[in-house]
Amino acid sequence: MARHVIAPLRDFPAGSRKLVDVKGRAIVVFNVNGEFFALANRCPHQGGSLVAGHLVGLIEASEPGCYRYSRRGEIIRCPWHGWEFDLRTGKSWCEPDRMRARQFAVSIAPGARLVEGPYVAETFPVRVEDDYVVLEA
Amino acid sequence: MSGWSTIDCDVHANVPGMAALLPYLDEQWRDSVIDRGLNSLESISYPPNAPLTARADWRGKAGEPPNTLDMLRSHALDRWAIDVAICNCLYGVQLLFSEDMAAAFAKALNDWLAAEWLDRDPRLRGSIVVPMQNTDYAVAEIERCAPDRRFVQVLVLAMGEAPLGRREYWPIFAAAERHDLPIGIHAGSSFRHAVTSLGWPSWYVEDYCANAQGFQAQVASLVCEGVFAKYPRLKVVLLESGVTWLPAFLWRLTKFWRGVRAEVPWVDRPPWEIVRDHLRLTIQPFDGPAEPHAVARLVDQLQSDDMLLFASDFPHWQFDGDAIMPAGIPQKLHSKIKRDNALATYPRLTAAAAA
Repeated sequence: MARHVIAPLRDFPAGSRKLVDVKGRAIVVFNVNGEFFALANRCPHQGGSLVAGHLVGLIEASEPGCYRYSRRGEIIRCPWHGWEFDLRTGKSWCEPDRMRARQFAVSIAPGARLVEGPYVAETFPVRVEDDYVVLEA
Repeated sequence: MSGWSTIDCDVHANVPGMAALLPYLDEQWRDSVIDRGLNSLESISYPPNAPLTARADWRGKAGEPPNTLDMLRSHALDRWAIDVAICNCLYGVQLLFSEDMAAAFAKALNDWLAAEWLDRDPRLRGSIVVPMQNTDYAVAEIERCAPDRRFVQVLVLAMGEAPLGRREYWPIFAAAERHDLPIGIHAGSSFRHAVTSLGWPSWYVEDYCANAQGFQAQVASLVCEGVFAKYPRLKVVLLESGVTWLPAFLWRLTKFWRGVRAEVPWVDRPPWEIVRDHLRLTIQPFDGPAEPHAVARLVDQLQSDDMLLFASDFPHWQFDGDAIMPAGIPQKLHSKIKRDNALATYPRLTAAAAA
């Protein structure tokens, strides 16, 4: 497990997502209202590319017709078959124990610390005065 | 009664003609029937001479269907040592467009069943035919009949005016659940819509086979509209539905639910599981191949030992001889199918068995 600096924070605004390649592994990173989540980009169901999915909220019901809507933007729907995955756990809604997307830790780190290492250098320069999005993978 | 070994969940008590119902109609409707010359409410679901309508060796001397209690006794109850049989009346009440008339004829039909059949043989139980044309009237008929504990089920047709899961029908399910009555859905149509989703077919065989699609749509409607989430104690029994289409249909329903389940968030577990908990099917017709090993495989696909209910479907011609139980159904399931599953499905039978 290594830590990869994937983007300057200012280039990764809330509501955006990035597909990154970490040693041949495709990982999708989401910024949801300032919180970062990362999942393997391969849907565990049939392999759909999650980066192309819609971010939706969680729709539940206490009984027919009584909707509960919460966690807006925290669920990714696979573009192929519509399976929903919880960004916080990677678990699918329908089969949470059997079908889950691989998760990765994401954090924000100040450039001043990143320049000290041991981080994997990326294709952009790290500046001490900026913050960066760091992926553990 | 605790010694029951065989419960037949689908036999038919057939109204021989409108005249039989006259004593059970209110005066106004009785006179109206005579005045208007209403001779029959038979639908085209079971034409008298169609082979399906009555097995050849059960027909009377003139070829008439075996519509008497004596014929039911000798051909079915006595012959197969049936301890309890649930009578389902199929008599055109569902065809009527007038809500008032439907309510009047449903009442007459249920009273006729109680007096002419249930009173005359202690083995018989009945289903309450309800006028689905009007939910209030249907509920009222359930309330009227429910005190008679020999009524063990509410009876509706596979193809009515609207999918059964729609909320307009929920008071009926509430009443059924309240009175420990499963909803029996029987093959047949009110012919309010074409019997296929493509339009009207030309032939009888198409009409009868189309019932399977009707049943499928009802299962989907009941699950997806959330009837079982709202009424967790409710059981639904598919009568004369065929059996073997169910696993494939549920595979499809569950598969597509996974992708669009957010549209029906009250369906909070796989449809397969909901159906296993709430749905039961009678075993005639079974719609399976003759090879026993193939039948065993199909039964295995249900992934439940609790869903099948013994039924002869008398007098309909679904099998020959005494072969009610399709060859290949594992022996270990026989007593469940013949008795235990029915007792678990029909609370009123369980109460009687324990009495």
